[in-house]
Amino acid sequence: MTTNRSKRFRERSVPLLLIFITTAFLALFLLMPLAAIFVEAFRKGAQAYFASFNDRYAMSAIRLTLLTAAIAVPMNVVFGVTAAWCIAKFEFPGKNVLITLIDLPFAISPVIAGLIFVLAFGRQTMLGEWMIEHDIKIIFAVPGIVLATIFVTFPFVARELIPLMQEQGTIEEEAAVSLGAGGWDIFWKVTLPNIKWGLLYSVILCNARAMGEFGAVSVVSGHIRGETNTIPLHVETLYAEYSYVAAFSVASLLAFLGLVTLVAKTALEWKTKRKKEGKSISG
Amino acid sequence: MKWKFKQHSVLPGFGLTLGVTLTYLGLIVLLPLSLLVWNTSSLSWSDFLKAVSSAQVVASYKLTFGAAFLAAVVNAVFGFIAAWTLTRYKFPGKKLLDAIVDMPFAMPTSVSGIALTTIYASNGWVGSWFNQAGIKIAYTPIGVFIALTFIGLPFVVRTLQPSLEDLDKEIEEAAESLGATKWQTFWRVILPSVLPALATGFTLAFARALGEYGSVVFISGNLPMKTEITAFLIVTKLEQFDYAGATAISVVMLGASFVLMLIINMTQWYARRGKK
Amino acid sequence: MKIKKAIKNVLWSFLILGVPSIISCTPSSDDSETRSATLLNVSYDPTRELYVDFNEAFVKHYQQETGVKVNVKMSHGGSGKQARAVIEGEAADVVTLALAYDIDIITEKAQLLPADWQKRLPDNSTPYTSTIVFLVRKGNPKNITTWDDLIKPGIQVITPNPKTSGGARWNYLAAWGYILKKELGGDLKKVNDPQFADAVKAAEVKAKEYLTALFKNVPVWDAGARGSTMTFVQREIGDVLLAWENEAVLALKEFSNEKFDIVVPPVSILAEPPVAVIDKVVERHGTREVAEAYLKFLYSKEGQEIAAKNFYRPRDPEIAAKYASNFKDVELFNIDDVFGGWQKAQRLHFNDGGVFDQIHQVK
Repeated sequence: MTTNRSKRFRERSVPLLLIFITTAFLALFLLMPLAAIFVEAFRKGAQAYFASFNDRYAMSAIRLTLLTAAIAVPMNVVFGVTAAWCIAKFEFPGKNVLITLIDLPFAISPVIAGLIFVLAFGRQTMLGEWMIEHDIKIIFAVPGIVLATIFVTFPFVARELIPLMQEQGTIEEEAAVSLGAGGWDIFWKVTLPNIKWGLLYSVILCNARAMGEFGAVSVVSGHIRGETNTIPLHVETLYAEYSYVAAFSVASLLAFLGLVTLVAKTALEWKTKRKKEGKSISG
Repeated sequence: MKWKFKQHSVLPGFGLTLGVTLTYLGLIVLLPLSLLVWNTSSLSWSDFLKAVSSAQVVASYKLTFGAAFLAAVVNAVFGFIAAWTLTRYKFPGKKLLDAIVDMPFAMPTSVSGIALTTIYASNGWVGSWFNQAGIKIAYTPIGVFIALTFIGLPFVVRTLQPSLEDLDKEIEEAAESLGATKWQTFWRVILPSVLPALATGFTLAFARALGEYGSVVFISGNLPMKTEITAFLIVTKLEQFDYAGATAISVVMLGASFVLMLIINMTQWYARRGKK
Repeated sequence: MKIKKAIKNVLWSFLILGVPSIISCTPSSDDSETRSATLLNVSYDPTRELYVDFNEAFVKHYQQETGVKVNVKMSHGGSGKQARAVIEGEAADVVTLALAYDIDIITEKAQLLPADWQKRLPDNSTPYTSTIVFLVRKGNPKNITTWDDLIKPGIQVITPNPKTSGGARWNYLAAWGYILKKELGGDLKKVNDPQFADAVKAAEVKAKEYLTALFKNVPVWDAGARGSTMTFVQREIGDVLLAWENEAVLALKEFSNEKFDIVVPPVSILAEPPVAVIDKVVERHGTREVAEAYLKFLYSKEGQEIAAKNFYRPRDPEIAAKYASNFKDVELFNIDDVFGGWQKAQRLHFNDGGVFDQIHQVK
């Protein structure tokens, strides 16, 4: 009796302990900073908070950020899925080097990540000199911002999918091949459903970083208000101007990306569930 | 035996995917990075050594690598617990916690830096508690560690979540029905299968922490020789228009992190092979 | 398959949304017929409000004079970083930066304007000035009134790191100049007089000692001026914040006046944020006329009044008299007189291995 009860107690206490640790850890590192941001943003009341968005430059910053993410994220998704397929499904020498090379953009200080594009397209190179003379703008214009964003978010999708696909192995795909399926069909019908969670998380991460990146983008943007300022850059300008409330208000906008995450996850969960139910009914 | 580039596989698409991967990697990452090395080559060897090994720079390496490593370890442990809890248990507030995991990426780094300093400064919400115990967090190496933990957290949680979600509950149940305790199941069944994801999360968190600038400079206080991170010194070089010096330090950082990450990736690969 | 369709739709919508917005971002350059012109003013950090007001006035003025409608685009950032961007190819028609060194470096690294640019406009090409002041806690409890009070034991001074912050370099040079002036009996002309070489050397030793003591009182070295303000105001660390006069006023405006006072020391440095037309760019864009008119307008009564309203000290004596109550009297010394210009000061004091490095590595 007693052993039974203590066993049940243990079974319950472990999850409780883990939930406690998780909540405490995330509260300390995520909730509190988030709260601090909102406290700052609302320091002068709700009116001042909303007034921060009623500004031509804030709107243009939001537009530019959305545009940048809309180009950078799909490009890295295509690359990431391709690279993950190649690395996880095949064995070849030099694989570790390749994976590590994909990791590299993370290890580079954002300042340097921006600088490399300045070095490539700036006045120091012949190409850059020529482009400046002809008013072809890569850096200090939108293309440079997109390039820098692609660079800093480059590894996300690939690195998220590689361990997942390695873990899943190639058995299902091989079975599909033996049944005569082609490459595309295998990918769409076998692989993609298996990696959908990983893909979702990686897109969320990649998008968050694409929208939030400051360091690299600030080096290549030129900070032209209403033209090459993204949300983080706009925040920085406001902050530098001692408009702290406005700066934190605009920054808090990015916290609502969490809502997008929530919706996307719930939608996928719901869809998966429905499909399972549908299967069990028909089968 | 004839040497073959890749081991035989029936799956299609190797050539295509490898080609696309290498091309994109080359254009977006390697080509720009080679410019970095090229720029450094304008320095003579002795100038290069002087730039990368002055006492101040060496002190910053120690702090940066030390704090980044520690932060990655803490993230690996607590991030694992968090990912596990978020995928396995139901509790009030879970969805909210899950939704804000990506916040450290979405927030502009300076905003995060200020927010963290607000909390951990000696008059802050948490900092004042520690201050009473005589521990200062902001403007010390501990502050650097806190900021680096913050920015690396999403990596571990988000790489682990899909793997944990994917984990077959049936295997666990089978292990338990065979008499394995929860601990044994965890060590022998669960951990090995999510180890690649965990190692990836660790590597990425570590790598990101090595290069971080924006959020750290607010909480570190940039005390010379004490809380200066390497990225900060790179910025000081740029402020003097010393491009070569700045790229020299970053080339050293890049080389070191490449080697470290390669070691982690290789260990993981050998561990997997040993298992098979 | 549903997912496939969804992804396809998303990709298409990206293309449809993305392409036109990229095209719309390319600047239209047909200026002559519509009688309009575009100017890009690359400026430093806390000048946003100043130039919002000024641009509005200028656009009106210029349209009245010439019928041309000007669109002024602004870029703000750290002064040194902005200079780097212009060197690398940001197409600035005019620059309005924090210190002359940042424009000097543009001539040196990219030859976009002649080396004697500072002589082209009156007053060293600086239409407005500022100075370094002290921000203290309300009522000045530690009774800080002059530079000498900063090195007293137990006083905590907040200033950013001179390596990364242009503002901090001004703070440093202000302190250095004050000590030289004090040691040389109030006559800074002696600095460049070979007769007094020994006295100057002795004064420099004192100045170095002073700064060593000063930096021992600095508990936190933020990377930039705004970080320092946060440290002082929000974290409540330190007894005195060294800042530009106009920035101290901005900080007071954002936070409450009830908690802080501005103390103007009796002697300080004359901070001259210069302006210049970037010749190579205006020639390419055909905007020289409007760019020059833009900078000249800064010197007009109207321009000077706008500067004064934004807490910069105007050059025009009439406007200065009108706003005299906003600006306390202070004896100002010039960077050229004491340091022989920014380039020299930068090399000697702030580059790697310079005086600043020697000072903080003594610790």
